[in-house]
Amino acid sequence: MGYITGGFLKAFQLLGTGDPETYSAVFTTLKVSSLSIAASLIIGIPAGFFLGYREFRGKRQVRTFVDTLLALPTVVVGLLVYAFISRRGPFGNLGMLFTIPGIAVAQTVLVTPIVVSLTATAIEGLDERMRVTLVTLGADRFRIALASLKEAQFAVLAAAVTAYGRAISEVGVSMMIGGNIKWHTRTITTAIALETGKGEFSMGIALGIVLLLLAFIVNWGLIMLKKRA
Amino acid sequence: MRKGKVLVALVLFACLLLFAGTTVFADAPVLRMATTTSTDNTGLLDYLAPYANKSLGIELQWVAVGTGKALELGKNCDVDVLMVHAPETELQYVKDGYGKDRTQFMYNDFVIIGPAGDPAGARGKSVPEAMKKIRSKPALFASRGDNSGTHVKELELWKLSGIVVPQKESWYIETGQGMINTINIAAECDAYTLTDRGTFIKYESNWEGKTPLIILIEGDKSLRNQYSVIAVNPTNCSKVRYDLATEYIKWISAPEAQRLIADFKLMGKQLFIPNAGE
Repeated sequence: MGYITGGFLKAFQLLGTGDPETYSAVFTTLKVSSLSIAASLIIGIPAGFFLGYREFRGKRQVRTFVDTLLALPTVVVGLLVYAFISRRGPFGNLGMLFTIPGIAVAQTVLVTPIVVSLTATAIEGLDERMRVTLVTLGADRFRIALASLKEAQFAVLAAAVTAYGRAISEVGVSMMIGGNIKWHTRTITTAIALETGKGEFSMGIALGIVLLLLAFIVNWGLIMLKKRA
Repeated sequence: MRKGKVLVALVLFACLLLFAGTTVFADAPVLRMATTTSTDNTGLLDYLAPYANKSLGIELQWVAVGTGKALELGKNCDVDVLMVHAPETELQYVKDGYGKDRTQFMYNDFVIIGPAGDPAGARGKSVPEAMKKIRSKPALFASRGDNSGTHVKELELWKLSGIVVPQKESWYIETGQGMINTINIAAECDAYTLTDRGTFIKYESNWEGKTPLIILIEGDKSLRNQYSVIAVNPTNCSKVRYDLATEYIKWISAPEAQRLIADFKLMGKQLFIPNAGE
């Protein structure tokens, strides 16, 4: 029990006193997850829209494949991406290993299936009559696509939130690809793993609370966005 | 209404760019090191790094993994220098052409720790006798099981004691985790385990000295824990910073760093004993 109360106290102490190591981890987490979320939305929304909207042969198989990727273990993503960006790997020359862009690429691989799958579900759930109406009103394809996405915007937003939650809370990818280098690639989750490894349990819990606060702020921001809309 | 929404979206996007844009690019040349968890978890590297950075004009970045993985990272050219503690494995590694300029620079020792009650009656026995006691009792034994330097040493000790390395025995717990985690698991189930002294002192300091597990066997010659630095071989990895690695190896085996290592203490206890040039 001591760890838990100690952890709460320490969390506020770390944030209140502006502890540089904690803030460095917070900013690294934000940088990495913002990059990976931006990339996964840019790839995932159009892909999800296509998958949910269009009929084509093998659609169900593709859908099953994407849904299966939702179960990708973070460590496996880490290993696969490591194999590609290690200096011995095909993209070794880019020097991406142990860097923030490296982690972001791997996280994008991890969370894009979430965006694709949830966007597709949202689009599939739209009322067919809307499309028919739009067609009779003489809308072109692009207009129909935009209108459908707008109709499904909250479901797509939910996809983004889910993906963000996965990105900031994962530890396998950040540890394998980032290497938990202090001041550089140490994220909140890898710092938690390190503190646990050091036996500093209350520090680990404190950082966990910091992570939850961060998630809360992001979600709260999105709720505000929804309200305004 | 619509205006407000666009504004919020813009602000969020700006924040995103701000975070993404502030990536720090270090000015000093970066030396990448793969090291074992014990040097990192005890805080030794955090303590040494500023001195190394200052006197060499570099920025040392390290990833703390087990010795097995550290060697693998070197093999794949992902780091420039290694700090490890599995002498036999290291010599083979250098012989295979992956590493170069292996330099021993400090040591401490392994200790066998166990429940204060010592159910196997291993206290004060020689290493082979103690291992046999633990084996035959059977008391529980927690193993790292992760190819780390400590794990390699443990396997050596079973062999030295004439015991077939335990596999699926119910008394043998392979944790697959780091040293402190393994000690915690051992403490939870009253098991014995092998640890380096540095990590044990760190563990003691977390518990403020009142630990459930205590040192039962120490001081045996077979329990020595030698740490070395190895440069990743540039003929195997052309892009590796061999020049910086060489300077770092020189620095850590020179008197200044050796004195720093000797001065590093937790709870008033010295964790590592410098022995470069021995």
